[in-house]
Amino acid sequence: MKFLRALFGTPANALLSVAMIALFAATVPRFLRWAFLDATWDAMSRRACAPDGACWAFVKARFPLFIYGRYPATEHWRVDLCFLLLAIACLGCLFAGRRRGMFLLMLLVGVPVVGGVLLAGGIFGLPLVETADWGGLMLNVILSFITIALALPISVLLAFGRRSSLPVVSWGSTAFIEFWRGVPLLAVLFMGLIMLPMFLPDGMTVPNLVRAVVVLTLFESAYLAETIRGGLQGVPSGQAEAAMALGMHHSQAQVLIVLPQALRMSIPGIINIVVDLFKDTTLVSIVGLFDLMGVITQSLKDPSWVGLATEGYTFAAVAFFVCCLLFSLAGGFMERQFGNAGPGKR
Amino acid sequence: MRPPPRTPFRVGSAKALIWQFLAVTLFFAFVLWAGHNAAGNMARRSITFGFDFLVRTAGFDIPFHLLSWDVSDTYGWALIVTFGNSLLAAALSIVLASLLGLLLALMRLSGNPLAAGTSRAIMEIVRNTPQLVQIIFIYFVVLQSLPPPRQSFVLGSGVYLNVRGLLVPEATLDPRMWLLGALALGLMIVGWFGRRPGRIAGLVLPVVLLLAWLIAAGLTADWLIPELKGFNFVGGLRLPPELLALWLGISIYTSAFISEIIRASILGLPHGQTEAALSVGLTRWQVMFLVILPQALRTLIPPLTSQYLNVIKSTTLGAAIAYPDVLQIFGRTVLNQSGRAVEVMVLLLGLFLAVNLLTSAAMNRWNRKLALQGR
Repeated sequence: MKFLRALFGTPANALLSVAMIALFAATVPRFLRWAFLDATWDAMSRRACAPDGACWAFVKARFPLFIYGRYPATEHWRVDLCFLLLAIACLGCLFAGRRRGMFLLMLLVGVPVVGGVLLAGGIFGLPLVETADWGGLMLNVILSFITIALALPISVLLAFGRRSSLPVVSWGSTAFIEFWRGVPLLAVLFMGLIMLPMFLPDGMTVPNLVRAVVVLTLFESAYLAETIRGGLQGVPSGQAEAAMALGMHHSQAQVLIVLPQALRMSIPGIINIVVDLFKDTTLVSIVGLFDLMGVITQSLKDPSWVGLATEGYTFAAVAFFVCCLLFSLAGGFMERQFGNAGPGKR
Repeated sequence: MRPPPRTPFRVGSAKALIWQFLAVTLFFAFVLWAGHNAAGNMARRSITFGFDFLVRTAGFDIPFHLLSWDVSDTYGWALIVTFGNSLLAAALSIVLASLLGLLLALMRLSGNPLAAGTSRAIMEIVRNTPQLVQIIFIYFVVLQSLPPPRQSFVLGSGVYLNVRGLLVPEATLDPRMWLLGALALGLMIVGWFGRRPGRIAGLVLPVVLLLAWLIAAGLTADWLIPELKGFNFVGGLRLPPELLALWLGISIYTSAFISEIIRASILGLPHGQTEAALSVGLTRWQVMFLVILPQALRTLIPPLTSQYLNVIKSTTLGAAIAYPDVLQIFGRTVLNQSGRAVEVMVLLLGLFLAVNLLTSAAMNRWNRKLALQGR
């Protein structure tokens, strides 16, 4: 009854409700019929698909390409193992309670080292896989992970640098941060891929993946630095003063007392930046890397599947939506666990 | 016992000077190293450095341009024309994104569960999918499904939408109107940076001036209405699908963030404001538009500014669908044709930096003025 009154209580509200219901009635059944009832799930090519429904057979046939890119099919288990490790480390950090530290160490040290060896190969009898063959959704995840792992320490330095009393250090950090926050990511990615070789010694070549990581890291570290600076400003000065009154050196007080509290307070901001970064890794498809968007655009040129842009890009949207939502949920959980305890509350 | 130093370095102490000197030296060593490499690489490929290429003839066509363009124009003019295209996309997106954002926020706050739920669902979907996916989806899926010119949708008198784009009447303005517009803009800028303009001069006057100018310009202008001739339209201005996709894509993406900002500033107001306004007999709509929104505007401005700056930066995504924006034409075509990578990069990034820093400076100023008028 209360629900009905909320929907139709006043004339204006009733009008709004009727308009919304009409809108749903016009769109939802059509969409459901297209996406599920009339859809084709198994077919060899586009011509075998029902003309009025979605041709999910295309996504099914290209699924390994969408996830792993051109990574050799016999080596897919290495990628799977990497993601398994990553998932265990992340879940451990979230749910392990007191033993969280062990999983954090695994996430920050174990996963990059083991993952790097597994993915690249070339030792321990694992065949070498060139980074040019890495692609698909896997590339988006890898790019995001490496970028965050590198950008976090840099951003902490930048945040402290911007607050430094030394004019050269604070001006330098400010100029760096404002530069990267003032330019579009796509423009710097584009320039980085073309220009980086120009500033390196003759004969030194860098894979495209590394160039993209360098640009993404510099870009994200500027945004992260501002978030962490906000956290640093939120820690009452009494915390550092109390630590120094106990005989700690200034840098000890900052690193051991102020920084952990600041990081805890900047968790929501950091989560937002990570989600944005994950979405922004799609931009590498414009500069010639084959991430999920890149491989989908490429598969749409396949003559037997031509013209299936709706299905391909819908898959991309759903894949990103699920990943981002999972991440937001994990972030919210993390925030509730140890984010909202203000300074000195524990 | 000597108390530990409050900061590790006192400004001006020998230790501080040495560290700073070291930092500067390292930085310049790095710049010199990179510059040396660049000079070597450029000499090997016999590329020279200089901005003289800007006066050379471009010799390519720009498929869509608001400012006049001819293949015999220079690279320098190409930079301005394509940046005009970027700013056009940004301006259109800022207007539409603000309106959509307000609509989503009002839906969310309406108290109608159906409207609030729809708004929430749209926001979650939009915020959790990449902007690039949205723009490409609109370009390749939504706009491609539009009808051919002969079956165009008629959106108003002289406004047609079809698979080749959006056709709108084109206005050739009276030159005197340009003069008047420039005069009004000058007045506004003087008022803006002059002594405290207050709410009337800062907010109402620009809107009134703009509306007055638009009406006067519209009445005196020469209108060219698009007409269907054979299989296509002639006359009028055609906004190509690339621009439409970029415009809609950026607007929808940004509106989700703007709606959240508007909602936060409205919810941030004390509930007593609503209650007091209702108790003096205002209707719910009057409360929203006369009491709540004007006050929410204050806390709205800083986060809204950063969203608008994001919009300007996002226009570079047009490169993904070949919209002739400054990155696509100047950063790609001009760079490839002239081979002046460093110069192109400096100009392009400098342009975006300048726009960003100027906008945030102006917005900060306005924000200070609004915030100063205490409650």
